Amino acid sequence: MANQSNYIKLALPKGRLLPDTANLLDGVGLGFEGYSEQTRQYRLKSAKPPYLSAKIFWEKDIPIQVSIGNYDLGICGLDWIEELLVRYKASAVVKLSTLNYGEGYIYAAISYESEIKNLDGLLGRQGNWRIVSEYPDLAEAFALNIRMRRFRIFPVWGDAEGYPPENAEIAVLWARNEEELERKGLLPLMKLLPARATVIASRESLDNKDLASVLNRFAPMLDNREFSLSFEEVSSKEGFVGSLPRPELKKVKLALPDGHQQPPTAKFLERVGLNLSHYSGEVLDYHPSVDLDWLGVKVIRPQDMPLQVANGNFDLAITGKDWLLDHVYRFPSSPVVELLDLGFGKVKIVAAVSQEMPASTMEDVRQLLQKGKLPTLRVASEYVNIGDKYLCDHHISPYKLIPTWGASEAFLPEDADLLIDNMQTGKTMAEHNLKIIDVLCESTACLIGNKESINSPDKKEEIDFIIQMMRGGLS
Amino acid sequence: MESQRCKGMRDLLPDDMGKFRYIEDTFRNCCTKWGYREVRTPSLEYLRLFTATGTLTPSRLSKAYSFLDWDGWSGERVVLRPDGTIPIARLYLENLSFPARFFYVTDIFAFEQTGKENRERWQCGVEFLGGASPMADVELLLLAHELLHSLGISGVQLRLSHAGLAKALVKELGLSPRDEARMLGRILDGDWQAWKEAKSNNLELDKFLVSLVNFKGKLSDFLKKVKLPAEGTSPELESNLSNFIDILRLLDDLKCDYQIDIAAIHGFEYYTGICLQLFSRGEKIGGGGRYDELLSLMGSKSMPACGFAIYVDPVIKMLSLKEDERSESGVLLRGDEKKSRVVEACFSLAQSLRSAGRIVELDFAGESVADYRWVVSVSGEESFVIIDQKSGEKWEVRTLPQVVGILGVD
Repeated sequence: MANQSNYIKLALPKGRLLPDTANLLDGVGLGFEGYSEQTRQYRLKSAKPPYLSAKIFWEKDIPIQVSIGNYDLGICGLDWIEELLVRYKASAVVKLSTLNYGEGYIYAAISYESEIKNLDGLLGRQGNWRIVSEYPDLAEAFALNIRMRRFRIFPVWGDAEGYPPENAEIAVLWARNEEELERKGLLPLMKLLPARATVIASRESLDNKDLASVLNRFAPMLDNREFSLSFEEVSSKEGFVGSLPRPELKKVKLALPDGHQQPPTAKFLERVGLNLSHYSGEVLDYHPSVDLDWLGVKVIRPQDMPLQVANGNFDLAITGKDWLLDHVYRFPSSPVVELLDLGFGKVKIVAAVSQEMPASTMEDVRQLLQKGKLPTLRVASEYVNIGDKYLCDHHISPYKLIPTWGASEAFLPEDADLLIDNMQTGKTMAEHNLKIIDVLCESTACLIGNKESINSPDKKEEIDFIIQMMRGGLS
Repeated sequence: MESQRCKGMRDLLPDDMGKFRYIEDTFRNCCTKWGYREVRTPSLEYLRLFTATGTLTPSRLSKAYSFLDWDGWSGERVVLRPDGTIPIARLYLENLSFPARFFYVTDIFAFEQTGKENRERWQCGVEFLGGASPMADVELLLLAHELLHSLGISGVQLRLSHAGLAKALVKELGLSPRDEARMLGRILDGDWQAWKEAKSNNLELDKFLVSLVNFKGKLSDFLKKVKLPAEGTSPELESNLSNFIDILRLLDDLKCDYQIDIAAIHGFEYYTGICLQLFSRGEKIGGGGRYDELLSLMGSKSMPACGFAIYVDPVIKMLSLKEDERSESGVLLRGDEKKSRVVEACFSLAQSLRSAGRIVELDFAGESVADYRWVVSVSGEESFVIIDQKSGEKWEVRTLPQVVGILGVD
């Protein structure tokens, strides 16, 4: 094996940028076997040169991983780099160059339904604007840049385009181009930056390691253009001619989950007799219709539900207790309450470490830190707030929490020491050579509600009806 | 050992605190004598207070420590106080309605990227809410002068500009509202190039602009060299210029030293009139100005107001530590902790010296290193050795009244 100082680690993206990045690497003779869209593996070894290894991450994780020095180099969209840098300006990550692929831009957009047609129209109005985004820090930078007077930012895990107009006035989101936004019923106000693929390096690696052997190979592919946040105003267009289905405003608003929680939720709702069209099956409609004329249903990510319910965008939602707990730990005064434990979708929230770690309890982990055998406990988790509380309660010090966006188990052992994650059967944990050292809690699907809505004389009867209906389906 | 202190934060050690308190006490005394009263605002405020008023430039806002607190489910961000004046204006609006003179000593938070500069800075500020120009402006300038004089800061330079004049000038350029805001933002961020790029359609006006921005000096010269075009300028520009001249004339009458420097506006969008910056030995030690529109932007009726702040951190560096009370008359009392009679004698002697106004430190471990004027060693109930560290004299006495007599305590 090459000596450690020559060993170069790459963080490579999943998703949007994967095919072009794989082509690029093949083209410069740095191809990795198994780096394809179908891959199930995360760790990649390069045949030639042998001193190179790589790991696949969600794009969002890459700037963080590179800045904390877990990886020497990374490739990801400029959007995620700027999202990190706009808040954490002193991050130890260096943008080396953009690459000649990675389409699309980050836009700030409003609904076509809105009376506002451009930026001046927006600024000319008094309002407490709701901005929804997967990029909360870019969203804030946008608001401050245009001198927006009052605003609130709702971070979401995805599907920001689904929020305007009823659940947010403005979305800050990625789109291929303005036409795509238009098809989604959104009108662009501002182009924040191009979401180009960009090569980044850890500052520490740049200073202390010889990265030339890899960077030289990239050289012909680098376009050496500097892109950064530009806040370019999009000129307003006349005469949008699309027909948009206007979601009707209903008295009671219910959010239903997509993803893993969608099939069991659909089954449950069928059992209790709530007839929805297009919530199950091949085509998922984000606005399924329902046979109760006072009920409006929308499909969003379960992670986003507690915050959305707290803010009154929805009166009720079906989510997991894990996400409710994560929300309540962060915001103890939140007006969200659990109304019913629905019993299905049972998972355990566990703390796990690599089989190699000489620890079988959290006390053992604490001892390792105390004796200096571990300098810092690096903790990977999707549940940042559950994780934070758990580590504080166990007097773990020092620790670093690395927020992840799924596939957290792949962080261990090289990029994190402890994992806090949900577990259904334990199969994934075993596959990744991990052992469970603690069970934090159990989580099942639950119906959550906004305290104010539940007590509102206007909605009480309907909400009680839904609760009774769902209670009837509990086994 | 690796420092466990937060990056960009600073500890104030006893010597620093001695100077800090000296500045604070001098400041309090001065302000109180001018009829100002002390207030204090919380460290945490809503971010919207600072965006809603459109008062901090985007570059300053991007340095604010803003975050979601435990109550943040509604998306309402809070900030660690990024500015001294705006919270005072809020305090005023929520509690009072008549003219008020306030002063405060507070810390301001701004994220400086390197972490080498302080991210928490202290300032001593003064706000005169309801004070109309030009009298209130002059009052503040004189107060600032008096304060720095009392602190013993030498070579103070007062640079004066006028935000109303600068804003009226930018308006004359006929830019779109967003370009105008951008231009003002650059000027407020201290970007000199912005002034150079400014061009209107009026040649006379451009000439005026160049002469105004480049002028440095006194009113008499200013009146000779900087001439407003005879026609084609807005009444706003004229009234701001005449307000500036009125203030300068008053300062001349009062023999107050200053230098006109129009480019010396920095960082605060809320200023509408006179702007002042205070320098000593090339370092900026204070600043302020008039902000007549801030309160109406915050939703109240319009109200004239002005203020300034002295920056404590650079001033601390300029002060030399005065001989303190310890080395002038303080007493270090030493005794053997194992002898109960000695311990008793030490505590009782210390008490009588303290009630006579002396600083007395007890040292049973023999480890104290402070430089007290007097060192008294108690070796028995009736055995005291006194050393005057200033003169080097030494006495051996047997009774408490003798000790008290030598120390000159009445």
